[in-house]
Amino acid sequence: MAEIRLDRLAHSYSARPGGPEDYAIRRVDHVWEQGGAYALLGPSGCGKSTLLNIISGLLEPSEGKVMYDGQEVNALSPQQRNIAQVFQFPVIYDTMTVHDNLAFPLRNQRQPAAKIADKVKEVAEALEIAHLLHRKASNLTADEKQKVSMGRGLVRDDVAAILFDEPLTVIDPQLKWRLRRKLKQIHERFNITMVYVTHDQLEASTFADKIAVMYEGQIVQFGTPRELFENPAHTFVGYFIGSPGMNLFEVELTTDGVRLAGVDLRLSPAVRNALEVHAGQRLKLGIRPEFVQLVEPGESALHATLDLVQDLGTYKVLDLQLGTTDTKAIKARIEEDHVVPQGEVGLIFPERWTKFYADDFLVEIHDGQDSQQ
Amino acid sequence: MDKIHNNKAWLLVLPVFALVAFSAIVPLMTVVNYSVQDIFGPNNRYFVGTEWFSQLLRDPLLHNSLLRQFGFSFSVLAIEIPLGIVIALSMPRRGLGVPTCLILLSLPLLIPWNVVGTIWQIIGRGDIGLYGWALNEVGIDYNYAANPTDAWITVLIMDVWHWTSLVALLCYSGLRAIPDVYYQAARIDRASHWAVFRYIQLPKLKNVLLIAVMLRFMDSFMIYTEPFVLTGGGPGTSTTFLSQTLTKMAVGQFDIGRAAAFSLIYFLIILLVTWLFYTAMTHTDDKA
Repeated sequence: MAEIRLDRLAHSYSARPGGPEDYAIRRVDHVWEQGGAYALLGPSGCGKSTLLNIISGLLEPSEGKVMYDGQEVNALSPQQRNIAQVFQFPVIYDTMTVHDNLAFPLRNQRQPAAKIADKVKEVAEALEIAHLLHRKASNLTADEKQKVSMGRGLVRDDVAAILFDEPLTVIDPQLKWRLRRKLKQIHERFNITMVYVTHDQLEASTFADKIAVMYEGQIVQFGTPRELFENPAHTFVGYFIGSPGMNLFEVELTTDGVRLAGVDLRLSPAVRNALEVHAGQRLKLGIRPEFVQLVEPGESALHATLDLVQDLGTYKVLDLQLGTTDTKAIKARIEEDHVVPQGEVGLIFPERWTKFYADDFLVEIHDGQDSQQ
Repeated sequence: MDKIHNNKAWLLVLPVFALVAFSAIVPLMTVVNYSVQDIFGPNNRYFVGTEWFSQLLRDPLLHNSLLRQFGFSFSVLAIEIPLGIVIALSMPRRGLGVPTCLILLSLPLLIPWNVVGTIWQIIGRGDIGLYGWALNEVGIDYNYAANPTDAWITVLIMDVWHWTSLVALLCYSGLRAIPDVYYQAARIDRASHWAVFRYIQLPKLKNVLLIAVMLRFMDSFMIYTEPFVLTGGGPGTSTTFLSQTLTKMAVGQFDIGRAAAFSLIYFLIILLVTWLFYTAMTHTDDKA
């Protein structure tokens, strides 16, 4: 059981890294608190697995420190760190029975036989593989094997943390849901720090209390699923979280607001002032399809035309073209029973849900009083 | 559903059948034919039924030679298989060492049997051979031409020198095929080096080891050239293995019928032992 702190961590697979593109992990400062259930979310190749292997000690970082409860553990092996890790594809010891597979980590620790038997039984029951205990592990199906693999990660209750590297990839969807629930229950019962790597936002939000979103070797945001949804700290988070992702437009500053797709959008002074600071940078406006309001076309609304309606059963996604001359595609999400407008529509971006990004990072907007100080 | 049956398709099998017949069935049947006859000349032959077989199975010459053969083959397996595994385990996994090791290991495999025999025959001589001379100098009485044990050991060393590489290369390829994640999982599970070998590497090597054991068994069971070059099967009959006994019978004494019966027995023994190995090494898979 431990708090895991990553201090200015960077890793490159090449011996002499040149630019930042040679780094799989660019710079990560992060704390996983003891007892939390965390998800590490990001697209393939963003460095998630590398980061996980650095935490577990399978990989030594080229720069920075990994600290367990304030102690640097860079040079320690996974054995010494006492950590459990479950991999994407099932790893089982073919010649052993399921029982022996689960008992293996405990036997290597020379635990007393009675304790091993109890613990194996407990974990096997939690994962619903108790009836398989005496079968040979090599003859199981892929998802049974993966359960055994996960079980080996769960049998030790003294570990610093349990790391899961996309553990449910080979499992069919129905079972996936149940296993995630199981993991969550196990987490609540044993209070072990768990870090769960995935590229599926749904999986991340059902498992974790807090999600770290990774992009190009950096953790770009760490927060609850709600924070990631309502206040994405990076354009990537906006785009990656949510279905469909955030609408993002390049904008130019004007005297009283911004201009996008050939239309002027007026902003309150506080927002306008906050953007002023970033005048030289690449500015983007982001708004989630859920927050785009559809109104009758008119002076106070942005002009758009409807292209396509996708009915997804529980909600509808509208594809629209924003503006009149230099149009930009925009998506809006409406309730299933909402009336779909025809042809010309007006759009309103509520200020609270309209985010601005300077060089892809969120521009913090303070209220009027704050900006005075 | 009405399927059109066209039995002319069987004609397509004919070329393969002809090839197999020519290369395997006809020669084998010729041997079977010889084995039931006593042949003095092309026009002077007598049908003897199973007489050769019953005679041979009671022949002490065959018994001794068979025992020696089993002793030799099992010694070869007992040395080459563990040694091959150890070499494969200690080979580098990346870098310049990999091609170097692979080339060094392949070299013995490229050398013909009789050359291997000649090399060791010369190098083991007490007068001009480096090893033989050195052994005698340090006080070990070594003489493969006079001492059966020395001759036996020399043939064994030759085979180990010649063929351990094959086992090592097979094992190395098997080891390389094990995904890294198994080793990572073992580290996470705090497995010892021995446990990694016992529960990951050995089980994953099973298939290549099966091939290695069968190849080395069959090959060593048919050893002919090395002892023939070294001592001609001597001293006495101490290194006269089955194939040499057979050759003497067939070519030396021109006892075709008896030799044919011998060949069939020989063939069946190899088949039986190989089957036993195969079954013993694969039967664990069936258990649930």
